[in-house]
Amino acid sequence: MLTKRIIACLDVHAGRVVKGVQFVDLVDAGDPATQAARHAREGADEIVLLDITATHEGRQTLLDTVRNTARELFVPFCVGGGIHSARDAEQVFEAGADKVSINSAALADPALISTIGASFGAQAVVVAIDARRDTEAADPVRQAKVFVHGGRKPVGRCAVEWAREAQERGAGEILLTSMDSDGTRAGFDCELTAAVSEAVSIPVIASGGAGTVAHFAEVFGRGKADAALAASIFHFGVSTSRGLKEELAQAGIPVRLPC
Amino acid sequence: MTRVTVIDYKAGNLTSVLKTLTHLGAETVVTDGDLNLVESAERIVLPGVGHFAATERLDRTGLTGAVRSAIARGVPFLGICVGMQWLYSGSSEAPNQLGLGAFPESCSRFTESTEKVPHVGWNSIEVRNGSRLFAGVEPGEFVYFTHSYKGPVTADTAAVTQYIETFAAAVERGNVMGVQFHPEKSGETGLKILRNFLAWQVKDAPC
Repeated sequence: MLTKRIIACLDVHAGRVVKGVQFVDLVDAGDPATQAARHAREGADEIVLLDITATHEGRQTLLDTVRNTARELFVPFCVGGGIHSARDAEQVFEAGADKVSINSAALADPALISTIGASFGAQAVVVAIDARRDTEAADPVRQAKVFVHGGRKPVGRCAVEWAREAQERGAGEILLTSMDSDGTRAGFDCELTAAVSEAVSIPVIASGGAGTVAHFAEVFGRGKADAALAASIFHFGVSTSRGLKEELAQAGIPVRLPC
Repeated sequence: MTRVTVIDYKAGNLTSVLKTLTHLGAETVVTDGDLNLVESAERIVLPGVGHFAATERLDRTGLTGAVRSAIARGVPFLGICVGMQWLYSGSSEAPNQLGLGAFPESCSRFTESTEKVPHVGWNSIEVRNGSRLFAGVEPGEFVYFTHSYKGPVTADTAAVTQYIETFAAAVERGNVMGVQFHPEKSGETGLKILRNFLAWQVKDAPC
């Protein structure tokens, strides 16, 4: 049976895993390669490494980090942050990533999705969408808007419609972050996730708001998510993938239990 | 140390496959058209993601013929994802492009249903009796898939998976093997399968 994926997300800055609240008060949380291997061992189905520096000077450091992390990692490995061109993507793939996650670059140049897909396959292109409910719209969920720059800048597009376009252009997966829920630890935005998931046939990864095991069960059920991103829930010692998955299995959610 | 010739036909990234084979102690050489590397191969891996039409490059470069000869000589061959689909006679994804034809059937897209296509993620496999590629793999172990087309279940099917319908997760006949999933991305289970491939010897073949 196809299982729901738990994806461990590592925020990386200057070659180190960092944790913080809304990118403030960053605390060193270790070596990316060590952390990724640990998550994989504990049962994470996939690893996402998100470069939160994404500056020009940081690119070489990031590629070294990707190379070191990929070396002993035998689960799917996605890298995001600062990928603005097909060349940026190519370097990350050559360093050992299986997928790249692109966000603002895809909005600025939607053809980038098909360009990367043509060389590396659709399965290698994850389009990340940061969305916020539009409380002034007739349907705040279905008309949720896309934002960039950490949720500060609207781009004037609806998330559902952009997800559909991304699929048509050859995206392999959608990584949907609810900016309303992100950082709250009060649960995923299940309505928004379901609206996007029903609009596309590619997998939707839910992100933003995880605080408890029940939140994951909700987003896999009501939220129709195919996968869910877990970041701070692990960092703050709430749970490991193994613990999370054992509880999800008891709740009837199909998950891959580590050996 | 065993040497593996990895065929590059410009369909996706080889880094993961090469890295994993190296991790398992194999020496890897990559060819995108040097037929000598296929003719002298000890083992061949044909990875591949993306569209079945990309296999046209194998015909154009003469690799198809070289692989056919290598297989006939008994060289162990493993096709991954599109590399497995290529072992059949063709795929409805690119009806004008012929496969190798080691298996006479064709690959087809998942039947329309309410389930999502592509099939992406970790799914369990059920190994059929007698598979050497899957020696030591327990029923219900999980592997990582990402694909929209699949091979039919036949006498040559080495493992099956259920998604929308039951399909061939792997095919195996003698030295010719193919896996629809990505063993290089399938954790310990995937490593076990690749180790079995690297240890495969002609002399072990049943009469």
